[in-house]
Amino acid sequence: MRRLLAIYPTLLRVGFASALAYRAELLVWMLTTNLPLINLALWSAVAREAPVHGYGTPEFVAYYLSTQVVRLVTSAWVVWEMTTDVRQGVMAMRLLRPVHPLLDYSAENLAAVPLRAMLALPIAVILVVLESAHLSHDPFTWACVPLLIAGGWAMTFLVMSIVGTLAFFVESAGSVFELWLGLYAVFSGYMVPLAFFPHWLRVVADVLPFRLLLGVQVQAMLGQLSHADIARAFALQALWIAGLFVAVRLLWNAGVRRYAAYGG
Amino acid sequence: MLRYLRLVGIQVRASLLLAMQYRVEFVVQGFAGLFWSAATFVPLFVVFGKRPSVAGWSFGQALLVLAFFLLLRSLLDGAVNPSLVQVVEHIRQGTLDFVLMKPADAQFLVSTAKFDPSALSGTFGAFGLFGWAFWKTHHAPSPGGVVIALLLLAAAVALLYSIWILVVSSAFYVVRVDNLSYLFTSIFDAARWPASVFRGILHFVFTFVIPLALMTTYPAEALLSRFTWSDAAASIGGALAFAAVARLTWRGALAKYTSASS
Repeated sequence: MRRLLAIYPTLLRVGFASALAYRAELLVWMLTTNLPLINLALWSAVAREAPVHGYGTPEFVAYYLSTQVVRLVTSAWVVWEMTTDVRQGVMAMRLLRPVHPLLDYSAENLAAVPLRAMLALPIAVILVVLESAHLSHDPFTWACVPLLIAGGWAMTFLVMSIVGTLAFFVESAGSVFELWLGLYAVFSGYMVPLAFFPHWLRVVADVLPFRLLLGVQVQAMLGQLSHADIARAFALQALWIAGLFVAVRLLWNAGVRRYAAYGG
Repeated sequence: MLRYLRLVGIQVRASLLLAMQYRVEFVVQGFAGLFWSAATFVPLFVVFGKRPSVAGWSFGQALLVLAFFLLLRSLLDGAVNPSLVQVVEHIRQGTLDFVLMKPADAQFLVSTAKFDPSALSGTFGAFGLFGWAFWKTHHAPSPGGVVIALLLLAAAVALLYSIWILVVSSAFYVVRVDNLSYLFTSIFDAARWPASVFRGILHFVFTFVIPLALMTTYPAEALLSRFTWSDAAASIGGALAFAAVARLTWRGALAKYTSASS
């Protein structure tokens, strides 16, 4: 553990430097996240005629800009990296290092978050300037938002690691993640506010983990969550993180045992 | 001309053989792609659950736009993007030299370098959507409308391909653009809704600068008999002009190419 604390800051520094070196690429990657804005256009066209469920154009702007910001700062890319590393045999080299590969990946992915946040800042500024009336005014909620985002990031990273670890077993791990992404898009509130779903679908969304990755953060920012809701979200996030952590350890150990490096 | 057709056949066959080596991956990829598309169409279903029409489009009519979107999207993923990634790699590593040395047009060779047959699943999805749309609108397209729609579809493919050539040409100058293809794909995502959804500057951009409206909305309107021959002629003329500019840009960029290695 002491060794870990000594190494991790260095790993983070290396990760940050590499994120900075590839900043143009990072910016292009972030620009590819535009579905919230496309959906905003659709809903604005609807709201021009009459509000939906109490959502007029300003509410939609607040919702989708918040979605965009949360999505930008909670994403990671470890699943793509792991599947390529396994396929091309780079994983063998990573396994030789005295640091657990997943730890290395986590530092790389985490180190890009500050830069991503900086690039997402203009959207956040537009959001606050345009729609501050539709954002939460509660200081406690705002203090919780970064923590909820951190929890969402951790869950995203762990799920990606699990799917990435599947690459040890099957070739189509990348496609498996696409299935996850499809469910995430619908049940996290990324595509449509969950409040618009029929009742039974909302119940399903409540049980599934996807809401904890994006929906609760957005709802908190918009002031739609009570303190009790936020506390419950934290508890659920902690449970999921613990479960996913155990799952990734088990799967990783099983996967490494059967891994035969290609190329090398 | 016949020689080029044969060359396309060979390249398609090679890609097919490659895909068939990883059969499970091929099937899973096809399904995963369709699943993701379906997930991103959810807003449309929710919207029309609340309203009979949006920005002048009924549900069935909007489905037509979606069908054209899915069709072009699978073409983009199946025939355009895989090659794009390869050209960028060629330029970066200097292996484009080998392509240039071959006795065929370089633009032709890089354009047909690789196909991804798993994107075909999108085409099937698109035809399903067409069927659903016509069933919903109770409107069989007129023969004239179909002809215009097909012409516009051809123009859309030419436009997509031209934009792609422009992106590739930029790789000669800035090199690190392997994710520009993703950027273009994500901009193309805006073509999924009828163009009248967009207002102001975006409407102008999607009509004239990156003519997304021409690719999905206009063909849908043609099938609904809301599009005249003269509008179609203007659109096709615009697409041809775009293609000419792309070809010229490609030749200019190629003339500037200095190999990366040696």
